Amino acid sequence: MSESAPADTVVRVDDLRVTFPTMDGDVHAVKGLSFEVPAGGALGIVGESGSGKSVTSMALMGLHRGTRAEITGGIEVVGNDVVAASDKRLRQMRGNDIAMVFQDPMQSLHPQYTIGDQLIEALRVHRSQVSRSGARERAIESLERVGIPEPAKRINSYPHEFSGGMRQRVLIAMGLMCDPKVLLADEPTTALDVTVQAQILDLLDELRRDLNMGLILVSHDLAVVAGSVDEVVVMRHGRAVERGDVRDVLSRPEHPYTRALLDAVPRVEVSRAQRRAQDRADRAERADKEGGGEAPRPATEGIEESTGGASAFQAFVPAEEGGGKGEPLLRVNDLAQSFKVRGGMWGRSSDFWAVKDVGFELYQGETLGIVGESGSGKSTLSRMIMRLLEPTAGTVEFQGRDITHLPERHLRPLRKQIQMVFQNPYSSLNPRLTIGESIGTALKVQGERDGKKIRTRVQSLLERVGLEPHHYNRFPHAFSGGQRQRVAIARALILKPKLIICDEPVSALDVSTQDQVLRLLSELQDDFGLTYIFVAHDLAVVRQVSDRVAVMRKGEVVEMGDSDSIYEAPRSDYTKQLLTAAPVLDPDEARRLRAERVRQRAAG
Amino acid sequence: MTVPMDVPESSQHADPEAVAAGDRGAGGRSLRQIAWRRFRKDKVGMAGGVIVILLILIALCAPLLTAWLGHPPNQFNQGLVDPLTGGVLRDPDDVSQGLDPWGGISAQHLLGVEPVNGRDLFSRIVYGARTSLLVATVATLLCVVIGTVLGILAGYFGGWVDTVISRTMDIFLAFPLLLFAIALVGVIPDGAFGLEGNYLRIGVLVFIIGFFNWPYIGRIVRGQTLTLKEREFVEAARSLGAGNTHIVFREILPNLITPILVYSTLLIPTNILFEAALSFLGVGINPPMATWGGMLENALRFYTTSPHFVIVPGLAIFITVLAFNLFGDGLRDAFDPRSSD
Repeated sequence: MSESAPADTVVRVDDLRVTFPTMDGDVHAVKGLSFEVPAGGALGIVGESGSGKSVTSMALMGLHRGTRAEITGGIEVVGNDVVAASDKRLRQMRGNDIAMVFQDPMQSLHPQYTIGDQLIEALRVHRSQVSRSGARERAIESLERVGIPEPAKRINSYPHEFSGGMRQRVLIAMGLMCDPKVLLADEPTTALDVTVQAQILDLLDELRRDLNMGLILVSHDLAVVAGSVDEVVVMRHGRAVERGDVRDVLSRPEHPYTRALLDAVPRVEVSRAQRRAQDRADRAERADKEGGGEAPRPATEGIEESTGGASAFQAFVPAEEGGGKGEPLLRVNDLAQSFKVRGGMWGRSSDFWAVKDVGFELYQGETLGIVGESGSGKSTLSRMIMRLLEPTAGTVEFQGRDITHLPERHLRPLRKQIQMVFQNPYSSLNPRLTIGESIGTALKVQGERDGKKIRTRVQSLLERVGLEPHHYNRFPHAFSGGQRQRVAIARALILKPKLIICDEPVSALDVSTQDQVLRLLSELQDDFGLTYIFVAHDLAVVRQVSDRVAVMRKGEVVEMGDSDSIYEAPRSDYTKQLLTAAPVLDPDEARRLRAERVRQRAAG
Repeated sequence: MTVPMDVPESSQHADPEAVAAGDRGAGGRSLRQIAWRRFRKDKVGMAGGVIVILLILIALCAPLLTAWLGHPPNQFNQGLVDPLTGGVLRDPDDVSQGLDPWGGISAQHLLGVEPVNGRDLFSRIVYGARTSLLVATVATLLCVVIGTVLGILAGYFGGWVDTVISRTMDIFLAFPLLLFAIALVGVIPDGAFGLEGNYLRIGVLVFIIGFFNWPYIGRIVRGQTLTLKEREFVEAARSLGAGNTHIVFREILPNLITPILVYSTLLIPTNILFEAALSFLGVGINPPMATWGGMLENALRFYTTSPHFVIVPGLAIFITVLAFNLFGDGLRDAFDPRSSD
């Protein structure tokens, strides 16, 4: 096929509207969306959950056929009118003209076929004239293209023999089999760790440049698209609130929503002190304005200003407030946890050490951040400190008392002191209990019998975390993710604990909700002198909330120290690798980091 | 599903106003209220539910209904049948008009009368409903109690408790129930446990059906408990210091009520059929007490002359079982989170 001019449009969406009729009335998922993607261009579609971004990508593939969705407007993909095309035409289009990469690589490959079979199938479904051996060669080529080592050998492997990142590469290879003009990636990295995410994004970027493919990258994370696209569409409630060149949108956002979104994205270059100063300033400002209407905060007033003004607010240094270091609140010595793995990979039962030899001390009022990728043992560690798991070895001392092997009966009074906020506010609240009951449970369990007293306590706490007292009788499903997490925080607070372990408390939340919850946690720390252990995979979030940070990998702490020095002068290679992989908002900085990663990979 | 966050201009701050604004009309409705709203829109399920309620009312009011119509269920009306063949006459006063294929359906006898004895079929059906529903519901209740208790124990405690209970369930499910029932009912004495005659037989039927069908509920409860106990809210309760009793009764059980309710509604018709089958085989309730299965068995001898005698109890069983199934399916759809928005 002849080389097409770069100005050729491969995807054109014009006033797209998607409506789902449901029992509870029509849901307008997309309400009038328009955009174009030129050949070889890259478009990012960004929005929070419920913004209609995934519905849009399904519509582009014509995947709403046969569902009850009503689609109006124009969708043109490489000359195909997706809305009007016959089913046969649509099938020809999928894979051939536009290929899709899904969010969850664990679920989008068929577990019973080798990846080779699946790649060959993807080609021969469209090009039946290609011989099996020809298709096989093409598949090997394609696997090589996406960076699967030893493709000629791995082509006979089954999906379960690959890691998540490798599977996503296989999916991309599958998408490439028919030389599509457009690659549609819907949250392609959301299920992946940060280092793997960077690799996949680098790969997508490289592919679209080398193959002159149009790329549509759908994500909830502005930082993910920042370094990979030319143009960005910010969606909200089914509408595009802003559309334009990625540099313009990110540096000079016009719509207040985009500004709010950008402000909410945690930045890895913002330190704990800056963030706290900013939070306190905002809080003071809000207190001043109490009663009056609240004006939107100008986007410019933010990080730059607070950097200078940080000293105006005394950074919270609890160890000093407590009058010298003294006795630590929590002391963890050589803590380890092993699980029996039945019939491991080599057919024998073995011990798997989820955590080994972790030790640290934590003082009143301090926040320790624990950062690591999935499988690093950070959740296991927090569950051991919480004594939801009994450690295999090592000790946990709380206020000088060894609680490592304390039986549940003796642990009960201690439970008041250590509380936990769980990752998923959708599963950490019992759907059959009202939120009032959920929070009040703690008091009942600890022996409080006076129902009225419980109710008053719970209601005042609801107000404290930013909910209404009359929410007491509502069930969790009536709340959004952020509100549920507030409920979970209230539940953790009601026993007036000294230590709260936050296990990925914001990772299930949208970015703007995430910001609100982080602010709440910070306010509560100020007000109640709480000590936090903050577990997360997001480096930026961890930096902003932690005084000290422990970086974990495969059950071990690879580096631990005060958070600014870890982030500004990391000593271990792993920490450095994590830091260069973290997505950043500035498109130019993102490209610089990408070049850096490519160099690191070439060297390593 | 996530409720889309409502971002007013000011919500970069974690202020209560922003949260209150994002709080939408769903309000304080419980899941049960939402399910009821959804159920009301399900016409088929509603029809099933209405018939189920009507059946229960009819069964409860059986003595009133029959007294009002003036035909006790065991009253013989031999004047209405041909003394030679036992078939129902077209005209009781004129034997020469031959037999009535409709079984003497009239304003007097809404569903006609039985051959031979001429008992009013409507009354027998109404009283049969009593027996069927009584046996089926009490047996189902027994299933639910045993199944729930053992299912929770197995699912929650796991380990050897689970092994023992799960294997027991397998054994019960593999049991040749029908043969066992026939054998057991055949040797029932006239009186035992302070019960006599048919009351004792009802008790035995309930026991057999309930005691051998609990694994169906037990397996569902065990499976649900297994997934529920891994949920974070159970961990949260544990970290608040809650013990096993609290977790089982306050955290897990409320989440089991819906599946238990749904599956019991689906188990009732199975049990109705089982009771009918036993009565049909002549090992259930003894005559003259009316049962649908017994009526069917009786009717088989007359199906050439009085086909309606087969059709009426057959339809009664069919409608009841269908109504319960539709009702149960409707309930499941209404409660199923996957069908929610």
